Amino acid sequence: MPTAIINNQPLELKPGEQLNCIQAAQRIGYEIPSYCWHPALSVVASCRMCLVEVGDTKPDGTVVMQPKLVPGCQTPVKEGTVVIANSEKVKAAQKATLEYLLLNHPLDCPTCDQAGECFLQDYSYKYGRGYSRLQEPKNIKPDKDHIGANITLFTDRCIMCTRCVRFTREVSGTSELQVVSRGSAEQIDIFPGMPCDNKLAGNVVDLCPVGALCSKDFLYQQRVWWLKTTKSVCPNCSTGCSVDVDQNEDQLYRLTPRSNPISQGDFMCDEGRFGWKYIHSDERLTFPARRKNGEVRTRDWDDIIPSLQKALAKAVAKAPEKCAAVFSPWMTVEEAFMLAAYLRGLSPKVKLALGPVKTVGEDDTYPKDFYGKPIEPVKFTIRAEKAPNRRGVEMVLNHFGGSATTLGDLAADGAAGKLEAIYLVGGDPAGWLEPHQAAGLSKAALVILQDFLPSAISDRADFLLTGGSFAERDGSFVNYKGLAQEIGRAIRGPDGTRPDGRILWDLTGRKGLFNPAAIRKEMAEKIPAFAAFKQGALGEFGVLLNEHGAPEAHVVAKT
Amino acid sequence: MPVAKNDVMWIEEPEMGFWEMTFLPAIVDGLKTTIKHVTNYQPVTQQYPEEKPVLPLHYRGVHRLNRDEKGRVKCVACMLCATACPADCISIEAAAAPPDWPDRDKFPASFILDELRCIYCGMCEEACPVDAIELTHIYDLTGESREELIYNREKLLDVYDKTKDDPRDPLRTRRGKLGPAAEFSTLPTVAPATQVTPGDRSAQSIAPGTIHTFNNPHPFDDPGTAR
Repeated sequence: MPTAIINNQPLELKPGEQLNCIQAAQRIGYEIPSYCWHPALSVVASCRMCLVEVGDTKPDGTVVMQPKLVPGCQTPVKEGTVVIANSEKVKAAQKATLEYLLLNHPLDCPTCDQAGECFLQDYSYKYGRGYSRLQEPKNIKPDKDHIGANITLFTDRCIMCTRCVRFTREVSGTSELQVVSRGSAEQIDIFPGMPCDNKLAGNVVDLCPVGALCSKDFLYQQRVWWLKTTKSVCPNCSTGCSVDVDQNEDQLYRLTPRSNPISQGDFMCDEGRFGWKYIHSDERLTFPARRKNGEVRTRDWDDIIPSLQKALAKAVAKAPEKCAAVFSPWMTVEEAFMLAAYLRGLSPKVKLALGPVKTVGEDDTYPKDFYGKPIEPVKFTIRAEKAPNRRGVEMVLNHFGGSATTLGDLAADGAAGKLEAIYLVGGDPAGWLEPHQAAGLSKAALVILQDFLPSAISDRADFLLTGGSFAERDGSFVNYKGLAQEIGRAIRGPDGTRPDGRILWDLTGRKGLFNPAAIRKEMAEKIPAFAAFKQGALGEFGVLLNEHGAPEAHVVAKT
Repeated sequence: MPVAKNDVMWIEEPEMGFWEMTFLPAIVDGLKTTIKHVTNYQPVTQQYPEEKPVLPLHYRGVHRLNRDEKGRVKCVACMLCATACPADCISIEAAAAPPDWPDRDKFPASFILDELRCIYCGMCEEACPVDAIELTHIYDLTGESREELIYNREKLLDVYDKTKDDPRDPLRTRRGKLGPAAEFSTLPTVAPATQVTPGDRSAQSIAPGTIHTFNNPHPFDDPGTAR
């Protein structure tokens, strides 16, 4: 096995592995500072922050070092390579590089949004000299607010790492951003009238190692050291990008992509990044309700759950084949399992159905060429299926006999008076119920609705169970390729709402607090397709269910 | 941890003499102090509110928000005061600066300071990178309702307008030109804000933001390359 020496420590390289000095040093737990290098982008070696001493082991065992420092990002590590990243020479080079990068960098950390998560701050603290020797006025370039609909550029903070330029050329392929001028006049800009508005544009803000590119949506909203981060999954399409949910005092402020090699890579699309505003909508259903003849009898959870149990049991006892439940592709698999198991426990004749799965257009793949035509190899896909967990809910329903009917058929049954009780689960913020379907379903004797935004039937429901958005729930989503990932409860919802998992935990008569890991263990025992859930926890990157015995395709009647 | 025997020293109470046992010298001593106060009367009680106290220069009273030389609020809404505040009494909402403030990026759209919640520790003043928030000598803060003592931006600027010419409330920290904190190169050399002894390192500072290492004759040399 090839062995390299990093900082006097041997590092075993796997056969066929291509590592640069930065990645090799990461393996032994040493950080080589860098700005322009990013694992998902090409190497330019322009920031000079990762300069290291590199040498070679000759066949007779002697080590010959190269006379000058070389950029670590550009230097491959192979058998016998010797990398020294912590010598006095390297430290002096890092200090000098930082001094040059900071020559014209304004000292406006107090007003800069990046302060607190800024690589320039961190590295200055770790490797810099602590004061500036520049006695001349700084070179100030004008801010560029016009750079994009969602991004703004503080040109004077830029250190010209060109990560953003390479991103728009290599990943989005749209090439809006470029470097104009040379030397001290060098700056990032766009062609006049062609702003950076592609669907992945928000990623350049995350890529920017300093505070030059900022998100207009998050600009000046919070200082980053106040944000608390929860690991979660973006619910806006079936790609299921791993994200970090940043919140403070139950107010969500931003979603940022979390690097996940088996899910989506390092990036996320703007639809997901900015598509969470409905969570703080004034329209939210804030209190549950039990209604009789259209009048609200109570809004007390302690009354609603027992009366719902009784009402459901009564309806199922009366006519089980006329009782049905509609499962939303926005439910977590735990919620779907609890509800399905509960209803089937009341009577095996209860009909279970998958609700409408929204698809918009075609799968949108990146990079694209200038005319918007996709190019191979695909680096990022925004999927047409705008629901996070269609596949997971289908897998649960398949265990219980598959989706027996559709929302449309149930609405027709309701209109014909053939419905006794209907349990509806909403959760799609873009709307999931047509008015004519609502009219049909309203004719059922017992309408139970579990949702968090108002719909055509939320005023009619005999039992209104106010649930939560994806940021308020614990559980797991299964993406288009069968990757199950955990979502985390980042914020508390409005006062009268409860996470859907807790509602169903109480409804199904379980004791104690809602525990998604316990449900997952139960599912692993009962459903072979979910055998991978037997540990309870799914880890940082999630678990591919296909690799653990789940069938590849799940054929279910389309809605 | 038990105390070692070597560390323990036993002391005997000294024996009292004859006069000490009568307690008369001690009584006479006490009476001497009493008679001194009767014959030489020097009261320390202040007749407040007729007589106002003389406060030390660093007294920490009601806050004010300073203005820059153009009369704009000097605060840049960096929220370091809110971060430093141990009583959590400052809440700021930041916004992009108005377009006619070309030298500023960010300003406080709302700045609310709860004077009732504040513990007057002065951490906000210390944290402020642009010397915008300061504590004044105003100590007699009264109000008829709680809302009256929750100070917003305008009220805090009012305090500045009222106190800026008061000799007791000078702009305590005048770190040069008012404006962005980035303009360090144009700052004049000033004495430190507080009284320090001439030997103190901060008193010998030749330029703000730079602290010289006087024992090191070559402060700018690289430790890696030189010597």
